[in-house]
Amino acid sequence: MQTTTIANLLLIITVVSLVTIFTRTLPFLFFSGDKQPSKYVLYIGNILPPAIMAMLLIYSIRFETPFKYPFGLPALISIFFVVLLHVWKRNNLISILVGTVCYMLLVQVIFIVK
Amino acid sequence: MIGYIVVGMAFGLLVQNTGLNFLWAGLISLTVYAGSMQFVMINFLSGANGLLEIALVTFIVNMRHMFYGLTFINRFKNMGSKKPYMIFALTDETYALLCSTKVPAGVDAGTFFFCIALLNQIYWISGTLIGALFGSMLSLDTTGIEFTMTALFAVICTEQWLSFPTRIPALIGLICAVFSLSIFGATNMLVPAMFAIILILTALKPILETKIATLEAEEIRQCKQQL
Repeated sequence: MQTTTIANLLLIITVVSLVTIFTRTLPFLFFSGDKQPSKYVLYIGNILPPAIMAMLLIYSIRFETPFKYPFGLPALISIFFVVLLHVWKRNNLISILVGTVCYMLLVQVIFIVK
Repeated sequence: MIGYIVVGMAFGLLVQNTGLNFLWAGLISLTVYAGSMQFVMINFLSGANGLLEIALVTFIVNMRHMFYGLTFINRFKNMGSKKPYMIFALTDETYALLCSTKVPAGVDAGTFFFCIALLNQIYWISGTLIGALFGSMLSLDTTGIEFTMTALFAVICTEQWLSFPTRIPALIGLICAVFSLSIFGATNMLVPAMFAIILILTALKPILETKIATLEAEEIRQCKQQL
């Protein structure tokens, strides 16, 4: 993967760091024990995480080619495997490790793209 | 704790995989310190995305942390000089630990909280450095190792699919992301997808609100009870 210049990297890290600090500081700036955020903000905050995580799952496989060989099969098979393994064992380490090895084997040995 | 080292290692390995050395990986874990967002961020290191877009994505991905803070407003009040670090270090893992661990008798709660938060970040940075250094010594073909990120999100999604009171938001996220990817392409898909998700979830508020009302009350009650 290509990376950008050092100055730009530092800029990107600074932005992500500052915005992260900002989101964590917000409640301490504006709310106290009896002053709560609006019902809408609370609703969005609670309902958003599963939607965002599903979006990020798709984002992480955005370079797969569904209409061209290997048709995203390595990713689909491996995700299916991770989910199955996780429902069965509920162990993050096993699911992530075995899933990654599965994908690496699939792209390196079975679905080889020339 | 072990979980933090392992996921940290995966992060370090992936940063190493982009061609940046362990110092960059360590710097990110030191200054950003946000699990999922750090993985998303690896995709931004190519410089293909604008800073405003990066800021927006960071805000939305980390938005849940705002709500962690709400639980701890009163708790952190008397922590003095330790308070800024406590706020900085309020990650998913630290929040969960602070909620589930009982302060031992005779130990100052503030100091105890501070140690938990600090230890967590030390584990996270250690994992990151181990992963990055391990990655630099690895001589085998690492093609496909980027799937670690997908596996991590698949695990988080599975957990939420099994435990969240409604599966509608997860499905909306999935559908919006697929549409946004096919319309706007791989590089620009995140922001349109985020807006579509928020818009649809807002429209569905009357239906979904009742489903998560129990979750919210239950989670906060459990956490407050522990404290």
